[in-house]
Amino acid sequence: MKRYHLIFIALFALLLFACAGPIEGDFPTFDTGIDPEGWALVPAGEFYMGQHEHETMVEYDYEIMVTHVTNTQFANYLNQAVEEGWVEVDGEEVVGYHPGDQYDGHKHEEEIPAGDYVHMNLEDPGLRIAFDGSAFVPMSGYENHPVVLVSWFGAKAYCEFYDSRLPTEVEWEKAARGTDLRPYPWGDEVTKEHANFYSSHDVFEKLAGSSDTTPVGFFNGQTYDGFITFDNASPYGVYDMAGNVWQWTGDDYEDQHYRYMRGGSKENYAYNLRVWTNNSAGPEFLSPNVGFRCLRTP
Amino acid sequence: MQVFVDRFNYLFRSTKGLALVAIAMISLVTALWGMLSGPMVEFGITDVVVDLFGFQLVPAEREGRIIILYHVIANAVVAIEVYFITALVKMKKHEQSTINATVTFGYLIAMIFGLAFAYFGHNFVFHGLFIFGQSLLFFGGLLFAAALWPWRKEYRIEDTDYSRTRGGLDLERTAFFVMAVATLGSALFGAVTGSYWGNGHETFLAEDLIRNPHKTLLQKSIIGHLHIMLTLVAIALTLIIGKWYDFKGWFHKIAMPLMIFGTITISIGAWSVVWVEWAHTTIYVGSVFVMLAALFLVIFGWDKLIRERIAEQGIEKANFFQKLKALFHDPLKFGATWQMVFMNFTVSGVGIFMAVNLNEIFRVWPHREERIILTGHWHILSGIIATIILFYFADLAGLKGRLRQWFGWLVIIGSDLAFGAVTIFSMKRLFVTESAQQPLVNWTMLVADFGLALVLVVLAMFLLWRLFDLFKRNGRWKSELDETGYGEVQS
Repeated sequence: MKRYHLIFIALFALLLFACAGPIEGDFPTFDTGIDPEGWALVPAGEFYMGQHEHETMVEYDYEIMVTHVTNTQFANYLNQAVEEGWVEVDGEEVVGYHPGDQYDGHKHEEEIPAGDYVHMNLEDPGLRIAFDGSAFVPMSGYENHPVVLVSWFGAKAYCEFYDSRLPTEVEWEKAARGTDLRPYPWGDEVTKEHANFYSSHDVFEKLAGSSDTTPVGFFNGQTYDGFITFDNASPYGVYDMAGNVWQWTGDDYEDQHYRYMRGGSKENYAYNLRVWTNNSAGPEFLSPNVGFRCLRTP
Repeated sequence: MQVFVDRFNYLFRSTKGLALVAIAMISLVTALWGMLSGPMVEFGITDVVVDLFGFQLVPAEREGRIIILYHVIANAVVAIEVYFITALVKMKKHEQSTINATVTFGYLIAMIFGLAFAYFGHNFVFHGLFIFGQSLLFFGGLLFAAALWPWRKEYRIEDTDYSRTRGGLDLERTAFFVMAVATLGSALFGAVTGSYWGNGHETFLAEDLIRNPHKTLLQKSIIGHLHIMLTLVAIALTLIIGKWYDFKGWFHKIAMPLMIFGTITISIGAWSVVWVEWAHTTIYVGSVFVMLAALFLVIFGWDKLIRERIAEQGIEKANFFQKLKALFHDPLKFGATWQMVFMNFTVSGVGIFMAVNLNEIFRVWPHREERIILTGHWHILSGIIATIILFYFADLAGLKGRLRQWFGWLVIIGSDLAFGAVTIFSMKRLFVTESAQQPLVNWTMLVADFGLALVLVVLAMFLLWRLFDLFKRNGRWKSELDETGYGEVQS
């Protein structure tokens, strides 16, 4: 009887301590074939916004990044931005200047005055970018994974550094949904082959023992070491508009200091991946489940 | 034929039978619909169940489906409480029968057709019947409130052990009456808003709007509605448990006026959320009175449990451990009030802590984290209410001896483990960062799943026991068939 107890306790302990950190050893690297430098054109026009399908007009064309910003892209940016004084390293943090938000004094609204704000915390164990005191490099294997643990200030600064900006919620949703009533960027149903969400059992999740990021554009119809994916591109060819990591959007709404995120993440159940679902946090919020992509108007 | 008539009469005409049917219906719904979320999704069971039963889960309709599911379960819980109260509180026999019949038709029609509409295709006749069922339930509530009218001469009491006015007005009955009227008023706040659906009002879950600085009047009305309805269900149950304990004496005399005043205040507070900014202050004041009344019940009840057991054992002067043992002797009776105390750690305490630290802590976290706390908060409260109902019903059903001990303790341990774990899970950001949370998430989820599974297995066994009893010619159901209540007044 005691032997069974020991086996049970051992299995129990194995289950409990299987936690997520950077995967070490043979880390799978996959070339998805999707270029993170690519931009997709979203033409002007009406679309149905939100769960209740409100007709909404976007009166201009715009381009949105085909994928999330990757660790490689963000590491390159940091090296360049630090050198040019756009941001600076202050102890464990990358910080940068923000001119402040309009403060309306509404209940629960917090004032965001002008000043330096954190863009990234270099000590967070969930970060996949290493800093050796002089240069930033993406961690091996995570080069084409989405950058995470970037605050809204950091995301905004990145986009502005490259003469672009964060998409508004309206722009983001149109890029994800197109002009029909689909609930997911690719269509009407979500499966584990479509996106990285909670317990979707992709190859990285299986290795880490819990959810981890997948390379940008991973779910594009390819099969990786036997793991089948379906193409999750939106009607405009934008990848990963559902799952992997949340994406900051740019709106600064009246009477609140929250910034909004879209798309759901690897830590959320599939229903959070519906195109109208959002999340919010203060602009200084850092999370291993939050990244971003940029938008530009031609 | 008589075989079926007898069983039908038991299940649909006796208090215990009616409560058994409602508990069984809730259990079936919980078991089947529980397969659609949480760990069942992870295990792949959801996909199998969806295919097997032909669920139609349109992504855009998720919130609407969930709202109907919540209503269906809440309606049945309200029906169970009505059955208990019509048996516990003096009223005319014909009033009891009419109320129970109306409420039973109401919740069953709402349950069957509500779920059919929400999960198996949009036949709008089904939707109409869902509304009709709830209307019947409301009508039953009107009859219920009328039957509870405490100012009738025959309901005046003379026993000074119970809370009463000088003129003999029974304040416990008045508390039941006030609760019933407040429930009817609160139901209207949902019904009126529902009538605007598709005409300026859109389906939403309250936890999704929590950070929206500008909510419409109809949205506020729904937020007030859902909060007060659950509160009133809890108040009704506290009064029922008071009856079970034969709550009396000084604590009763103080508790009943507090309960009446608290119920009125908290209801006005929840209703006024629609119009005024300071509504929460009113709610807090009302909550203090209601919780004090519940505290007095717990103090009275535990003292009584100890005294009665010690007397039963013939111990003249009991020491601390003997008293403690006496308190734990009956897990059903102890469990009902213990769960009220436990609720303070997992629901009220968390709620107060959250309200005090809202901007400094909780609103710094992402909305999805806050949402987990909010949904955890009221799921736990609902779960605790369910366990208290089970304790009371298990006693009514005649659970005795070792089975009573096993049932009681397994439900207490299982539910408290689960609710404690869920509380820690929902508040995890106080202890760990997102990057380091996985061991804590694994622990808490495992304990929560284990605890809930334990409760559900015990409940299933209990229901199977009662189901098999129905096949016996002279089972328990036979002796319970003729029980009509505890104190009906002949007209």
